Amino acid sequence: MSNGDSAVPLLAARDLTKTHGMTRALRGASVELGAGEILAVTGTSGSGKSTLLHCLAGIVRPDAGVVTYAGQRLDQLPEKRLSELRRSDFGVVFQFGQLIPELTALDNVALPLMLAGTPRGDARARAGAWLERFGVRGQGELRPGEMSGGQAQRTALARALVTGPRVVFADEPTGALDSLATEQVMTALAHTAREAGTAVLLVTHDDQVAAYADREVRLADGAVAVAGVTA
Amino acid sequence: MIGMSTRHILLGLLASGPSHGYDLKRRHDERFPQARPLAYGQVYTTLQRLVRDGLAEVEGTGADGGPERTTYRSTEDGARELAHWAGEIAPPAPFVTNEIFAKVVVSILSGGDAEAYLRAQRAAHMERMRELTAVKTAKGADLATVLSADYALNHLDADLRWMTTTAARLTTLTAEVDAA
Ligand SMILES: Nc1ncnc2c1ncn2[C@@H]1O[C@H](COP(=O)(O)OP(=O)(O)OP(=O)(O)O)[C@@H](O)[C@H]1O
Ligand SMILES: [Mg+2]
Repeated sequence: MSNGDSAVPLLAARDLTKTHGMTRALRGASVELGAGEILAVTGTSGSGKSTLLHCLAGIVRPDAGVVTYAGQRLDQLPEKRLSELRRSDFGVVFQFGQLIPELTALDNVALPLMLAGTPRGDARARAGAWLERFGVRGQGELRPGEMSGGQAQRTALARALVTGPRVVFADEPTGALDSLATEQVMTALAHTAREAGTAVLLVTHDDQVAAYADREVRLADGAVAVAGVTA
Repeated sequence: MIGMSTRHILLGLLASGPSHGYDLKRRHDERFPQARPLAYGQVYTTLQRLVRDGLAEVEGTGADGGPERTTYRSTEDGARELAHWAGEIAPPAPFVTNEIFAKVVVSILSGGDAEAYLRAQRAAHMERMRELTAVKTAKGADLATVLSADYALNHLDADLRWMTTTAARLTTLTAEVDAA
């Protein structure tokens, strides 16, 4: 199922540029994400994938260009509104270090729900179901420092999805997993996203992971090299 | 006899009991859903050769209400040959005669646009990988389907990795040529 060709994309970037010091990470990148669409962003190391994801997720502001989300200019939104929006509508997963080290896996996943006002018991019950879905229920009482890289990554995915976001931004979500664990996590992510109608921006250098998406956008030197065939 | 062959696959299918050609074809196509379907002609020729070589024999002929069919069974020699083949190491074949490789080389030699070719080939490979991933992750997919989709996915992935590296090298190579 792909809504990537629907008239109004849920999230769109047009002509983004972003310079880090001397490095032009993005030079005119444009990309669109439809509601419920899973889009893979691929490209060689340093091609600007993470920078593009950060701009689309409102974590980094581009130097030039436009980011629109559900009809509003994300790149011009005041910081406070932006962080509210990120909390209510977006989920993010990075390759490393996004879990809170002092909290158990279960509490890490329950936290976004509690921040949104769900009582602790309720939040922990729902968090447990998500850990189950990603195959790490048994690690629920471990802290991030006591988990393997793969277990931490699955916990982070559960945390990104627990609030029912409209868009999940995942930067190399399977980077620390072997091929069987990658398959389990990607299957869970794709099934969940398709059932819930969640759009996913999936940054990966693994083409087998990219194949879970509806479509591929390939970056080269900070711009889109080829838009894959629309599914 | 070395290598992957229809005769060993048919011997393998006969190992679970006598069978006729039509049934063997059907079971082959079921077991190896991502493989090219067997042609009937190929099945019958192969069965005849197995009989000639003493690896299989005719069990009987029957009509069973439909067209007349010959049932075959594996012989002891056939079982031995199968066990031998199944335990044999396959040669780690470098597929350097692959069409993709040949096209890139020809394109470079003839001054064509190898990069554009690689981009288009990548899109086609990714399309196929998405199809196979959908087949593999569909609810209720059986193990044979998952395994054969995986096998194809990993080979396509290997092609893609080679294409990515080659595309990067082409850029470097072109830059070197231009600088000279
Ligand atoms: N915070 C930063 N400071 C300086 N340079 C940066 C920063 N972030 C990214 N860059 C540079 O911008 C370019 C694009 O980086 P980016 O992280 O977006 O690439 P990527 O495609 O995600 O690569 P990878 O596959 O290795 O993660 C790179 O050349 C990188 O060195
Ligand atoms: Mg990156």
